[in-house]
Amino acid sequence: MAEIVIRNLRKEFGAFTAVQGSSFTVRDGEFFMLLGPSGCGKTTTLRMIAGLELPTSGEILMDGEDVSQRPASQRDIAMVFQMFALYPHMNVRRNISYPLVSQGVPRAQVQAKVAEVARILGITDILDKPVGGLSGGDRQRVALGRAIVRNPKAFMMDEPLGALDAEFREHMAEELRALHDRMGATTVYVTHDQLEAMQMGDKIVVMNHGVVEQFGTPQEIYDHPATLFVADFIGSPSMNFLRFRGAVQGGDASVQLGGVTIATPELQQEASPRDLVLGVRPEHVVLSDAAAYRGRILASEYLGTSQIITLDCAHGMVKARAPSGQAVRTGDTVGLSFRASTLALFDAGSGQAFRTAANAGVFHG
Amino acid sequence: MSAYSVTEPSRASKSIAAVLVVVYAIITLLPLLWIISTGFKSGPDSISYPPRVLFEPSLEGYVNLFTTRTRIGAEQFAALPPPETWYDKIVRQSGTVIAGQSRFGERFMNSVIIGFGSTALSIFLGTLAAYAFSRFKVPLKDDLLFFILSTRMMPPIAVAIPIYLMYRELGLSDTHLGMILLYTAVNISLAVWLLKGFIDEIPREYEEAALIDGYTRFQAFRKVVLPQAATGIASTAIFCLIFAWNEYAFAVLLTSGNAQTAPPFIPTIIGVGGQDWPAVAAGATLFLLPVMIFTILLRKHLLRGITFGAVRK
Repeated sequence: MAEIVIRNLRKEFGAFTAVQGSSFTVRDGEFFMLLGPSGCGKTTTLRMIAGLELPTSGEILMDGEDVSQRPASQRDIAMVFQMFALYPHMNVRRNISYPLVSQGVPRAQVQAKVAEVARILGITDILDKPVGGLSGGDRQRVALGRAIVRNPKAFMMDEPLGALDAEFREHMAEELRALHDRMGATTVYVTHDQLEAMQMGDKIVVMNHGVVEQFGTPQEIYDHPATLFVADFIGSPSMNFLRFRGAVQGGDASVQLGGVTIATPELQQEASPRDLVLGVRPEHVVLSDAAAYRGRILASEYLGTSQIITLDCAHGMVKARAPSGQAVRTGDTVGLSFRASTLALFDAGSGQAFRTAANAGVFHG
Repeated sequence: MSAYSVTEPSRASKSIAAVLVVVYAIITLLPLLWIISTGFKSGPDSISYPPRVLFEPSLEGYVNLFTTRTRIGAEQFAALPPPETWYDKIVRQSGTVIAGQSRFGERFMNSVIIGFGSTALSIFLGTLAAYAFSRFKVPLKDDLLFFILSTRMMPPIAVAIPIYLMYRELGLSDTHLGMILLYTAVNISLAVWLLKGFIDEIPREYEEAALIDGYTRFQAFRKVVLPQAATGIASTAIFCLIFAWNEYAFAVLLTSGNAQTAPPFIPTIIGVGGQDWPAVAAGATLFLLPVMIFTILLRKHLLRGITFGAVRK
C-alpha cells in the first residue's frame, strides 16, 4: 500500500481546464473521497492518478516516486469502474484472474488466489458463469474481485455504487467500507453523493470547477466549510445563508444583522465594508420567542424524528431543524437564535470563509 | 393472463411473415437453382425449349469444365481402346477425346488467393486504422475519414486507365500481389468505416480496465477489443470478400496468363467447342461455393451479440 501525494496537478483539454492546480495527500491506508458535482474534475483527477490521463503539469507521488508520466500498466493500481467494465467475453473466473495473468503468475497460484477472493466476496458459486447475466450487485462484486485479486499500491473507484439501486447501494457501501477496513488498502473514491462521502470517507476533497475547495475529514468539512460552495454542497438541507452588508474587525465576536447583534466565533481577519454571508446549519437554528431576530414561518416538513421549518427572514430564507414534537403554526412570526460557536462568515465576493477562532485549526491554506 | 401479448406477434402475423419469407426466398433462389440444375444437364437438355425441369443428370458440364477436348477422325475414334475412366466415357459420347486439363482449377485458385488475400489485408489494415480513428486524437481526423470515404464516390473502374499504366510501370500487371493490393485499396475505405462504427460501440472502459490490469495498449487491443469486435470484423470480411471475389472489370483488364481470376475465365468457356452452357453453369456453381461456405462459417458471429449485458448503460 502507498501514500499518494498530489502536487499542483493540472489537466487541460484544449482550451478547457478540467483540473487547475490540485494539491492534497492521501495517507497510507486511507479511504479518500473525491467529492463534487458532475464536471468538477474529480473523475479526471482519479484518472490521472490511475494513469488513464496524463497531467498537463504537476506531480503525482506514490511512496515518494513521481509516476505522473507513467502509463497505467506500470503504476500497479487497481480500479473499479462506474459501469464495472467486466470483460464481456470472459466468465467470472477469467475476469478476476485477468490481472494476475498479465503479471505471469503461475496457474495454480492464480486459481488459489481467485478462490480466496471469491470466498471473501461471497461469489464462489458464480465463478463459472458468464458475466452477461449477473445482477448489478454480483457484477459489482466481480469488479471488486478483479481489483483486490492482486495486491496493488492503491484502489481507484469511480462512482462504483452509481449503477446500483438505491436500496442496494447502502448495503454495498457498508460492504465496501468493511472490505477496506479489513484490507487497509489506500483507496481513492470518486462520488457526487455527499452522504456517501461523509458515510464512508476518512478524508474528503471537495472539488468544483477543477479547483479543490476544501480538503479535510468529513467532520471538519461539515462543521467548518472553507467556502460558500462547500457550505452549500455538504449537508441536507444545506447551510442557511443570511446575506448582509457590513465590515468586520479582527477580534470581533459578533456581526450586525439588520440592527440585531448576532454572536459569532471570534474573527481573526478584518474586512472593509462589503457584502457578507452569515452561514448557519439548520440544526443550529433554535426557535425561541425571546430572540431578537425574527422570521415568519412559511412551512414545515415532518421527517419523523425531526421537522424542517422554513422561515422567511429579512436576510433570506432560513431552514431550521427542530424536534418533531415542537408545535409550529404556519404564518406565525417567531424569534430565531443561532448557536454562536457554529456560525461561519463568508465574503460574498470571493466565497471564502473568514478565519475565526473556531475554524482556524482546520484550514489548510 | 390475456390471450394477446404486446411483445409476441400474433399467430396470423407470424404466418403472413413466414409466407412472405418463403416467397422471397423462392424468387431469389430460383436463378441459383437454374444455374445449379443446368450444370447437371446434358448439352441438348440445357438448350431445349420449353426448358426441362426434370432431366437425366449428367456430369458432362463438370467434365468439360475441367478438360480440353479434341475431335478426331472417325477411323481413329473407332480404333481407340475402350474408355478407362468415367469421364473418358462421358467425353467419348459426344465424339471427342480428352486433350488435357483446362485452366479452370488454376483460375479458381487464383480467385481464392486474391479474394481471401485481399480480404485478410483489408481487415488487418482496416481494423488498425479504425481503432486509431476511434480511440486516438488523429490530426485532421474528420478530413481523413472523408478522404478515405471519397474513394468510394466513383466506380473504381473510372480509374482503370491510370491504374493500368501504373501497374505496367511497376510490374504489378497480371500478378497476384497486384490484384490483392488493388482489391484491398478498393475495400479498405469500406472496412475502415464499417469497423470504426463497430469499435466506437465498444466502451473504452474495457481497454482502460485492461490497461489498469497491467496490459499494454496493444495487448488490450488484441485481447479485449478484437474479441468484442468479432461480429463487426466478420460482417466486414464478408462484404470485402464478396467484392473481391466477384470483381470482373479490373480482372479482365489487368490479368491474363498468370493471375487471371475465375470471373473473366468462365465466359471464355463459351468459345471452346460451341456454346457449352452446362460447363458455364458448372463453373458458376463451383464459383458460388467459397463465398457461401465463408458466410455460413461466419454466420455465428453475425448473429451473436456477444457484448449483451456486460455493461450497464
